[in-house]
Amino acid sequence: MHKPITLRVINALDRKSALALAVFLALTLFAVPLLHLMVPPESAWHVSAYAITLFGKIMCYAVVAVAMDLIWGYGGILSLGHGLFFALGGYAFGMYLMRQIGRDGSYQSDLPDFMVFLDWKELPWYWSGSDSLWWVAALVVVIPALIAFVFGYFAFRSRIKGVYFSIITQALTYAAMLLFFRNETGFGGNNGFTDFKRILGYSITSPYTRLVLFGLSALMLAATLIFARALVRSKYGRVLTAIRDAESRVMFIGYNPLWYKLFVWTLSAVLCAIAGALYVPQVGIINPSEMSTANSIEIAIWVAVGGRGTLIGPVIGAFVVNLAKSWFTVSFPEYWLFFLGLLFILVTLLLPHGLLGLWKKLRQSRGVRA
Amino acid sequence: MSTREFFRKVIGIDPEQCAPTYRSTYPGQQKTLDISHNVILYLEDITVSFDGFKALNKLTLAIDAGELRCIIGPNGAGKTTMMDVITGKTRPDSGSAFFGQSIDLTRLTEPEIAHAGIGRKFQKPTIFEQHSVFQNLELAMKTDKRVCRSLCARLANEERDAVADTLRQIRLGGEAGRPAGLLSHGQKQWLEIGMLLVQQPKLLLLDEPVAGMTDDETMRTAELFVSLAGKHSLVVVEHDMAFIKELGGKVSVLHEGSVLAEGDLDSVQNDQRVIEVYLGR
Repeated sequence: MHKPITLRVINALDRKSALALAVFLALTLFAVPLLHLMVPPESAWHVSAYAITLFGKIMCYAVVAVAMDLIWGYGGILSLGHGLFFALGGYAFGMYLMRQIGRDGSYQSDLPDFMVFLDWKELPWYWSGSDSLWWVAALVVVIPALIAFVFGYFAFRSRIKGVYFSIITQALTYAAMLLFFRNETGFGGNNGFTDFKRILGYSITSPYTRLVLFGLSALMLAATLIFARALVRSKYGRVLTAIRDAESRVMFIGYNPLWYKLFVWTLSAVLCAIAGALYVPQVGIINPSEMSTANSIEIAIWVAVGGRGTLIGPVIGAFVVNLAKSWFTVSFPEYWLFFLGLLFILVTLLLPHGLLGLWKKLRQSRGVRA
Repeated sequence: MSTREFFRKVIGIDPEQCAPTYRSTYPGQQKTLDISHNVILYLEDITVSFDGFKALNKLTLAIDAGELRCIIGPNGAGKTTMMDVITGKTRPDSGSAFFGQSIDLTRLTEPEIAHAGIGRKFQKPTIFEQHSVFQNLELAMKTDKRVCRSLCARLANEERDAVADTLRQIRLGGEAGRPAGLLSHGQKQWLEIGMLLVQQPKLLLLDEPVAGMTDDETMRTAELFVSLAGKHSLVVVEHDMAFIKELGGKVSVLHEGSVLAEGDLDSVQNDQRVIEVYLGR
């Protein structure tokens, strides 16, 4: 009766999605590395290190967008604090990267530079074990999951919903940002972690490391999409959207919304944290500004622009907005926030289902004419 | 001072009142429904007040097992509040509400009460508009409704058959694949009734089930309810006298939060007090 979960996940993919996924993986895992390493930089076909880092970064953002869509698009819970979980994952992995610097820092000490600067003599207790990749990988998952679980438990148990929930999540990430700004917190204060040298002993700036991180981000994005798809198509997913549309009816037919919301909320936080952990070695820095409220709002904008309640929509949104951002912040840096605000207003007013909704509408109207 | 006391004394809000907590275990599940005294629902001296206004005022009402009871009363008489108390949405200020002999409804949450065997239809049809008619019934179906089960739940053949049977019963067999939001108002009412049926409750609470239905649909609903009585107990809140006549059960008249009169429809309709507050106007 019960098929193994892997088989079910594969069955959940129709041929078109499977093909799209195969093309995506072929591009990111084979074509891009070849074009980066084999093609000389002068050629038009060469993929630059800048492009790889940029797209690697955006793929991490896309994972966050899908995670956001699971709770917002499918669960109807708008979090404006998801940047917190992303940053926590980043900080946890950043601890490992700081330890990997070893004695190569400016002070040639075993301690990270900022601790030497603060005149600390030994690592704080919560840094113990941070030189082990496995321990840190566990932290990346467990800490955000724990925080999300405890916060979510009390929020959902008290039936905090809608805009009240959004405001509380916003306050949560803001409070965390203030905490991480403090030097005494032990995470590098407002400079955060940077100047990473190695990962697993390999130089972090080598093209191979860069490609491996890029490939891992692509795999993570693909895995997130497949998993999210299986989830929203399960009975669990149907209960989740039912809670979004008519929570009281769900309760009166005997489901307890608390655990349904808490599951997807915690899962979403973990996905963000893993994305954050992949993001930090690629961009080479993590600081408390990742927890700023604006960052978390931006995540919601990616999802809204792409189209919430679909899985590919948020991915498209993350790519479109971030590519626009990287172009804008170079060409007209002072106008980016205005553009972002305008984009959000336009999408909310004109494209309630995002770019994907627009695309579907266009296809439908063409289908009618043909 | 506990947090709760702090809120109650300093801010004047009792957090437990605003936010009844969800509970993880289902005490109602373990306790089996005890109807040895032939009473399935017993409300005694229930009082609920909102800002000083007594929505329910020492309401006492007993429903027998297998009974079909109609509740009538002018607007604001407390009919919907009574259903809220029975289903755990509103906690009474005082009084007791028992399901059978042993299940104390005032201590259970909404999902727990649903599991104990009480199904509720809302005044305004409340269905999952984005889901298909079939999926609406699938979600309502009596089964283990914990997260871990839902993650890998598959419909068994018997369950599929049960949904198909219910679809026939509520005459939506042809609409199984349509999004429920596209149904007509009357069909939505039927779908919600169908969702109650697949839940297999012992007691059905139906708040204005035929509002917005055509006469034909209303009569068919009456037939359905009469056929359900005996196996299930039904409490029907309605204004439609023709429908109530068709159901033929005992009628309770609610007025200002308590029962004004009780009996068959004819005796109630001839009661002088009832005529004064309700029917005569």
